[in-house]
Formats: sequence, structure tokens, C-alpha cells
Amino acid sequence: MIYLDLLLGFLRVGLFAFGGAYGAIPLIRDVVLSYGWLTDEALTYMIAVSESTPGPIMVNLATYVGSSQAGFLGAVIATFAVVLPSFVIILLVMIALKNLLKNRYTQAILRGVKPCIIGIIMATGVFMVLNNTIGLNKNFDCDIKAIILTIVLATLMFVSKPILKKKISPIMFIVVAAFCGIVVYGL
Amino acid sequence: MLLDLFLTFAKIGFFTFGGGYAMISMIENICVERKQWITHDEMMNVTVIAESTPGPIAINCATFVGYKKAGFLGAIIATLGIIVPSFIVIYIISMFLDNFLEITIIANAFKGIKIAVGILILDAGITMVKKMQKKAFPQTIMICSLIAMLAINIFAWNFSSIALMLIAAVVSLSIYVAKGAPEQKGGAKK
Repeated sequence: MIYLDLLLGFLRVGLFAFGGAYGAIPLIRDVVLSYGWLTDEALTYMIAVSESTPGPIMVNLATYVGSSQAGFLGAVIATFAVVLPSFVIILLVMIALKNLLKNRYTQAILRGVKPCIIGIIMATGVFMVLNNTIGLNKNFDCDIKAIILTIVLATLMFVSKPILKKKISPIMFIVVAAFCGIVVYGL
Repeated sequence: MLLDLFLTFAKIGFFTFGGGYAMISMIENICVERKQWITHDEMMNVTVIAESTPGPIAINCATFVGYKKAGFLGAIIATLGIIVPSFIVIYIISMFLDNFLEITIIANAFKGIKIAVGILILDAGITMVKKMQKKAFPQTIMICSLIAMLAINIFAWNFSSIALMLIAAVVSLSIYVAKGAPEQKGGAKK
């Protein structure tokens, strides 16, 4: 049943999404692709929309996936599921387990989990960039326009910082990318 | 009080773009400086807790502040406050996005955006790597999980990233126990 799948899928995301939104994206990809709820493409679009709309990215993605799969009720269930674990955990930490996080075994576990998440995030980023440009699992279908765009946008992202003294904001970056997309693919 | 909690967090939820960290500064600004619901130290504490617990950071903060001010009900109300605005916005978008994408110029825009998302995620990863402790242990785990996850993605293996995290947890814990759980107290420092 779709409602139960949404509930369990997003509980899993909420329970394991350490490290904020970017930690959650690989998990959401996992869940969404394994249930076949969205294509990789649709999910990527939605990540951009979630970045550009207010609110926590994880909540935005859950609402969207839930709504696209099972309407309003689906949206409510998925959103509820993604939030519930952190809600419960914070209450537990505040009420009963004040010392749990300082416990050395908890710390030992977190010492392993945190770098692992960073690796997962890196891998997701690398994979998405490669997949967009040289079509890693689309039979190496190269997209010249995408390669050019990637080079331009990556330069903007990584070179803007030393020049502007400030990193370009994600929303601004997405707006620029949208404009570039219209120009490059429209011609 | 409850209404105040709800409206305040709804405002925070509605006006912060870009997810968790943007929200923390907004919550700090409103709950610590203006409303004085919690102290700066408490805010720092909850940020640290939020980083060590799963879930959206903004949710963690809202739950914390709500509970502090008005108990369990307060926690629920504050958390709802953060969620409701983005829920409504996204729900409306979700009804129109598909039709939207049929317009050529918008479809082209999204082709550009798709590329931006990959770079954004990569950039987030690089930033985290830079902040990581320059020690052999975390770096080894990071590189192993990077390679494993990349392989999983490329070959479309049916292996979840959660399993990868559990493996890292077990490995890290076993090494710690095998070493005789010694000396340094308090564990990893940032």
C-alpha cells in the first residue's frame, strides 16, 4: 500500500539523515528510486525547487514526493514521517538521555558515521555531475551542451568565492543555471 | 504562548530559504535576541545536538525551543509552525510542476538547473571534507564510503546508503572497543 510505503520510506530517511539536507538527499534518492516513485530526472528538478522555496529541504522533498504519489494525504504522511524521528529524538535527549550524546560509545559511533555521510554526499555529487555530462548509466551518451554548462557553472561556483569574497547563494546559483539552460538549450 | 510559538516559527519557516543553516541564524536572531525564549548557550547546545542527531536541523531547533517554553504541546506546535508554510508552498507547486515542465522554455531552464544541483551537492560535500579532521581514520572512512557509494550508483546495485552508514558505525565502534576504549574522554572535537 502506497501510504504505508511512504510512511516507512520517509521514516527511514528521517531516522538516518544526519548532516542536514545534503545528508538527506542521497537517502531520499535511495528510497525514491528503489520504490520507483520518481525518475532521477524528476527528483533532481525537485531538489532544485526545494532549494528555492522556503523551509527545510528534507520536508519540502517529502511533501512533494508524497503529494506526487498519493495526493494530499500522501503529502501529509510523508512529511509527518520525515519529521517524526528527529522530533522524538530531540525530546528524548532533552528529557531522559541528557548524557547519551556525550557517552563515549555514542561518540565512537558518530565518529564513524559522520565521515561516511560525507563520502556518500561526495559520491552523490560526483555521480550526478558525471551522469549529466557523460551519461554514466545512460550508455555513455555524451551531452556536449551539458558539458559546456557544467564547466561554466562549476567555474562560477568555485571561482566566485575568492573573487566575490562570498560564496554565491544556492538560490542565485539556480537562477543563473536556469538562465544558462534557456540560452544553451534554446538555441 | 502557543499561538505566539506557532506564528513565530511559521514566520521562520516561511522566510528562510536554503534549508537548515540559514534557519539557525534566523532562529538565533528571533528566539534568543528578540523574544529571549532561550539563551545563546542553549542555542549553541541545541545546534551541537542537532548535528549529532538525524533529521532537519530546523526541526530539531523548533522542537527544542517549543518544549522549553511550553512542554510537549509546545514542541508539537513549534514544529508544526516550521513545517506548515513549506508544506503549503510545495503542495501547491506539486500540483502544477508537471504542466509547467511541458513549456519548452521552462523545460530548458530545468535542464540547466539539473546541472546546478549536481554541482551544489558536490560543493556541499567538498565544504564538509575541508572541515573534517585531517586524521587517517575519518579520511579512510570517507574515501571508502565515497568509492562504495559511487560504485553502487554507477552499477545500480541494490545496496542502500543506510547499510553503508551502519557498516561505518560498526567498524568505528569495534575499533574503539578493540583499542580498549581508552584515554580521551568526550570523544571527537569539532
